[in-house]
Formats: sequence, C-alpha cells, structure tokens
Amino acid sequence: MAGYDILEQPLEVKRHIGYLPETPPLYPEMETAEYLSFVGKLKGLSGAELRRRLDYVCDRCAIADVKNKLLGKLSKGYRQRVGLAQAIIHNPDVLILDEPTAGLDPKQINETRDLIKSLGGDHTIILSTHILPEVEQTCEQVIIINKGKLAATDSVHNLQNRARGAESVLVEVSGRNGSLDFAAVQRRLEQVAGVSRVVVKQSHQNRNSFEVESLKGFVRGDLARAVVESGWDLNELRPAAMSLEEIFLQLTGAETDAKEEKEAVAVKGAQ
Amino acid sequence: MRNVLIICRKELRSYFASPIAYLLLTMFALIFGFFFWNALGYFVLMGMESQMRGQMIPMNLNEMVIRPLLSNVGVVGLFFIPMITMRLFAEEKRSGTIELLATSPIRDIEIILGKWLAAVSLYACMLLLSAVNFAFLFKYGRPDWKPLLIGYLGLLLQAGALLAIGTFISTLTKNQIIAGAATFGVCLLLWVLEWVSGYETSTWAQVLAYMSIITHFESFAKGVLDSKDAIFYVTVIFLGLFFTARSMESLRWRS
Repeated sequence: MAGYDILEQPLEVKRHIGYLPETPPLYPEMETAEYLSFVGKLKGLSGAELRRRLDYVCDRCAIADVKNKLLGKLSKGYRQRVGLAQAIIHNPDVLILDEPTAGLDPKQINETRDLIKSLGGDHTIILSTHILPEVEQTCEQVIIINKGKLAATDSVHNLQNRARGAESVLVEVSGRNGSLDFAAVQRRLEQVAGVSRVVVKQSHQNRNSFEVESLKGFVRGDLARAVVESGWDLNELRPAAMSLEEIFLQLTGAETDAKEEKEAVAVKGAQ
Repeated sequence: MRNVLIICRKELRSYFASPIAYLLLTMFALIFGFFFWNALGYFVLMGMESQMRGQMIPMNLNEMVIRPLLSNVGVVGLFFIPMITMRLFAEEKRSGTIELLATSPIRDIEIILGKWLAAVSLYACMLLLSAVNFAFLFKYGRPDWKPLLIGYLGLLLQAGALLAIGTFISTLTKNQIIAGAATFGVCLLLWVLEWVSGYETSTWAQVLAYMSIITHFESFAKGVLDSKDAIFYVTVIFLGLFFTARSMESLRWRS
C-alpha cells in the first residue's frame, strides 16, 4: 500500500491512508473544529500546517458553517461530510470509503457523490458499496468480490461489454388494429440480416417486447424498417445494455441474495 | 509521548464535557466531607474527654484523623473506579470511533497509556478535593505533612492499579454497564480477599491475602513508603496495561 508493507510498517501505511467507516467515527461531545484538529494531531499534523489543512477541508467539504457545533447535534449529511473531512485532513494518498452514501437523502447522496468525484483528482479512492448505480456514476475500475473471493476486476465499460457478449436490442411492437401475430413478428425479425436469435420477452395489454440478439454491430435500422414495412407499429427500439446490477448478479450467482457476502469495491483516481 | 498526551487530553475533555466528571467529583467531595467531619468530631470529643478526666491521652492528628481517613478514601475509590474506566474503550467500540484510532498512525500502547493517564488524572482531581479538607487541619493544627504525602502517593498507586484493571475490562465489551459491573466485581473481590487471613494461616490464605489491593495500602496509610507494596501496585499496573494491549491487538482479528 503506497509503497509500504502493511505488516512490516503499519504506522507508515496508516499515515498514507484515510478511512471513512460506514458510520462516521465522530465523538458526539466534541465540536467540529475541535474534532478535526484532534484527528489532525493524531495523524501527525501540528501548528500552521494543521490550521491550513483544517481550513482546507472545512472549505472542501462545505462544513465551515458548523465549525463550532457539537457533532452530536449535526444532521446525517453533515456528519458524513465531517467524516470525509476527517479522512482527508492529512492529505492521504489512498482514501478508503465504506458505503459513504448509506442513509442519506437523494440530495445529500448527490452532494456526497460530487464531493467524492472531485476528490478523485487528488487521491486514489477505494469505494466499497452495495449501491451499484453509484459505482457506475463515480468509478473507473470495479472489483467485484463474492464471499471473499475475487469475482471480477475491470473497468465499468469493459465489464458491461464482456457480460453482454453479443449485442442485443429490445424491440417493442404493437399491431395496427389491436391484434398481433407473435410468430409472424418473430419470423420477420429473424429474417433481418445479422440477427441470430429472437426471444419473446413479454406481451400484455398490446405491448409486445422482443429481445433480438445479433452478431453484427448495427442491425437497428434494418429492424425498424422490417417492422414498419410489415405494417406494425414500432413503439420502442433500444439497446439492451446490461446494468452493473445484472452483471453483478450474473457474476455472483443470482440464487444467493445475502448481500453482506458480496461487495463491489470500486477504485477511482489517479493511480 | 506526543500521541499519549493527545489521547489523554481528548479523554479528559470527554470526562469534563459530560456530566461524569462533575458527578464523580461532587459525590466524592460530599462523601469525603462527611468522613472528615466524623473523624474530626470524634477527635474533638476525645480531646474534651481527656481534659475533663485531667489525664493526658496522646493526641495525634496523623494517627487519629489522617490515617483512618486515607484508608476510607481507598475503599470509596473502589466504588468510583468502575465509573471512571467503564467508558474508556466500551464507548469507542459501541460508537465505532475505535476504528478511527485503529487506522491512525499511532501505536496501541500510546492509546492505552493516554486513556489510563486520563483516568488517573481524573482520580487525582478527586484526591485534590479531599486535600481541601486536610488544609483545615494544617490551618488549625500541626500534623506531619510527610505521612500525608506518602498516603496520597499510595492512594494514587492503588487507584492506578485498579484503573489499569478497569481499562482492561473495558476493552472486552461494547457495553459500558457490563464493563462497569465487571470492574466493580473485581475491585470488590480484590478488597475482600484480605479477609481470609482473619481465620486461616495456610499458604493459600497468605497468597490470597497478599493479592488483596487493600493490604498493601496499610503501610502507605501509616506514612511508611514500603518498596514491597509500591512494587506490588506497579506490577498490577503493568499487568493490567499489558493485558489491555493484548486485548486491543486481538480486536483486529476478533471483529
């Protein structure tokens, strides 16, 4: 870690990491500024350097207005931000965040994510989370861990490509006068050049989706033309991109849903 | 050393930011004041009796007031010490702040020493309150100050030993009440162990009596600095803190 051996030089390693546990480690009877200066001193800062970093993190995490409030009285969003400020006060190379947005409201979640994104420029961030859209939004590299074993490690984009394999497109078709012959549609779609397989996904209330798998890169234009020329209405046509969530389930096995055992660790940042 | 002081300052701040410190200090001041008043009342009565009978009973403030009072403080301390130490680690484990300390570039032993020093300092504050009472003795009488000083040293050593045990017990649980109750039980047991020597003279009884925290205080209360007793307390302090360090180390793989 950061060029040091964890077992041989634990103190050096700790000097180079900042850690925010799931619940921010705050002392409720302390004031914000007092707490941050205590943590700063613990991490080895002192004097003018400590004051400079204190002002910097207060500014960066937007907690300057609660500087003299008791930590026990702060709202959840502020606590989270003070927790982040605490983790970056000694300017660590590596920042480890454990579910930083758990229990926040949507606005706070967005603010926290933006903050994490902006911190990515200065620190390598290791983000451990179960909230996968968060990973899609903020991270570059993803590590999926299943029951303590490494299941996958790659960039978000590569993972999506890899899991999808062949390109697949979702086509939603409806008949002109209410009724539709599925078999006919399926047959017609299969005739389009490049299509390898057509599956009927669902059909209810005149909404009929077909999943079309193809080998070739672009069949969407041909699919649309085929549907319209056959006299049906084309309601929707979109690439069935797999969300990270589906990849996650695919990799970890959908049958076990014990979330604790699975963990997506995402890395963002410079190195 | 710097880290020890940082932790110690923070712990003292926690004691005095919450009602704990004030509650303990007030209760101790009240109880000690009552003891002092009693001891002095008895002393004055003895003085008047000796005058009325016209015969001189040797009157000595050190022997008749200070010594029993110091012994009393030692016993009262047994009840206060669990309340001082129970939160030291249990609270941090419950609230998760122990993770902050564990991931900071600071050694376990520095955390432990800092916390223990803060506990000893709070106890010293309590003793300081009792010294206010003794100041009156010096104003109106002429007691010897050296035995009093040694008595205080003994009290600090004795408390240091019990506080080290309490600190250790506090690392074992997340629950402050459990930590407090267990520490109280151990303190009480270490006190009453000495009773065995009242009816038994076998080797076992002697060993048990020797382990009693109270027996080692008697020489200090008399104003005698006996290295044997001082070493006993220092050993218990060392052992207590050593076990605390072991227990903290095991937290890393237990949790």
